[in-house]
Amino acid sequence: MGRRTLRGQVAVVGIGETTYYRHGQAPDPEFKLALKAILAAAEDAGIDPTEIDGFASYSNDRNDPSRLAAALGTKQLRFSNMQWGGGGGGGAAAVGNAAAAIATGMADCVVVFRALAQGQFARFGQGPQVPTISGDLAMQAPYGLMSPGQRYAMKVIRFMHEHGVEQEALRAIALASYHHAQSNPRAVMNGRPLDEETYDASRWIVEPFHLFDCCMENDGAAALIVVSAERAKDMPHKPSYLLSAAGGSDYRCGAPSHNHPNYASSNFATVAPNLYEMAGLKPSDVDVVQSYENFTGGVMMSLVEHGFFPPEAANDFLKPENLLSRTGQLPLNTSGGNLAECYMHGLELQIEAVRQLRGTSTAQAPDVNVSMVTAGPMVTPVSSLIFGSEATL
Amino acid sequence: MSKYHLPEGMPIPVPENDDLSKPYWEGLRQSKLMVQKCQGCGTYVWGPEWICHQCRSFDLAWEEVAGKGRIYSWERVWHPVHPALKDHGPYIVVLVELPGAQNIRMIGNLLGNPEQEIPIGAEVEVAFEHHNDADPAYSLAHWRLV
Ligand SMILES: [Zn+2]
Repeated sequence: MGRRTLRGQVAVVGIGETTYYRHGQAPDPEFKLALKAILAAAEDAGIDPTEIDGFASYSNDRNDPSRLAAALGTKQLRFSNMQWGGGGGGGAAAVGNAAAAIATGMADCVVVFRALAQGQFARFGQGPQVPTISGDLAMQAPYGLMSPGQRYAMKVIRFMHEHGVEQEALRAIALASYHHAQSNPRAVMNGRPLDEETYDASRWIVEPFHLFDCCMENDGAAALIVVSAERAKDMPHKPSYLLSAAGGSDYRCGAPSHNHPNYASSNFATVAPNLYEMAGLKPSDVDVVQSYENFTGGVMMSLVEHGFFPPEAANDFLKPENLLSRTGQLPLNTSGGNLAECYMHGLELQIEAVRQLRGTSTAQAPDVNVSMVTAGPMVTPVSSLIFGSEATL
Repeated sequence: MSKYHLPEGMPIPVPENDDLSKPYWEGLRQSKLMVQKCQGCGTYVWGPEWICHQCRSFDLAWEEVAGKGRIYSWERVWHPVHPALKDHGPYIVVLVELPGAQNIRMIGNLLGNPEQEIPIGAEVEVAFEHHNDADPAYSLAHWRLV
């Protein structure tokens, strides 16, 4: 057996999304949103949707592949995959899982999808409203530690304390996302620019997160079509080849009651080295990054753990001008991402990474050949991936 | 003004169906901080688990540990996400490490002024809060600066 790798074996050839809505505002139920995004991705790929023979998702997506396959009338179902774990941590892993199925001959055409209608279902940012609570949550909820923001703020505070990171570093991440959303007509925050004064004056949600450090909650759906690299050559769009995908977390990351030994972390300590190893690349090879923003502090730690700068350099590196698409040294979240485009649990970031390789982003970075996505910081498992152009193969 | 640090109406902690954490909650009722310790290798295991992550022994015993710790991290919550906390104002959650128990970490509220400065590394001691009139009755472990 030769070297086991996904590098260059598959490509994303179709991307699709519904209109992105404020939470509770989607006119369609969640299942219909999922169908629309999948059909849009199939159309973009120039394939008949009945050719889809695999489905991959994450974060306990409610839209069951068997129902989707039946509803779409696909010829057969060969791969039905759910990445364990909550939040957006499975976004890149789901693409990796789809790739693994294709590379090993288990499926030929896999759609990676995520759909959310939070008006139809519960919102993420609310605490549990139950009379009693048990397990790990019982160690936290009675003290008012309930929402995702509350769950991760202490990791970021500890990181900022250990490395002397200032609030302005987090602010730069928010400003970059909002800046990029202004040229993106799909973005929910298009037409709503953000400046430093507005950020500084915004209310605290939970220190160290101001309102603008927190992701939105939205309704919509997004989908990607993955096929073999060989087949991708004949498709209408320039293929985005998967150079690497990695998921997981480091030693005892899931230890209960905030006892992860490497606490002040986005949980990519082992995932990022695995990612670069499979791709055969280093941080300086990356042209553009989409880094999942549940909270800006998670982006900061994700960028550190993916090797773009050491923690001590966070204050110097994380300035808006370094993160802007056309001129910055590390174009970041060029669609507006979870903060300002749409919180589609990070699948909109994968789509943006593909657009950057196709040259069709609304905030296009120059000469993109290597396009990275990091998914779901601070949860476990997390995941990340690298797409490359044909030139990188 | 509630007689408790946070308003009444928060979720009441109860042991799981398998009673894994039951000795901890029973300990709090008696103003004791009980945690698991591996009888095979002496490792403190927290939160509760069925196996020692260090030596894979299932022989874990519950032992009382001193309610003295250091602030490892903190957060000040301003935006309430539970109806009971609406209009309550900010409150502080601390993550406290226990040097007397191999630096295992526990979560609680930091008592005192909710807008106080919170020094990481500062010494704290436990403050038990008994909710005797809740159904079922339960107790929490808060922390205060020494
Ligand atoms: Zn042991």
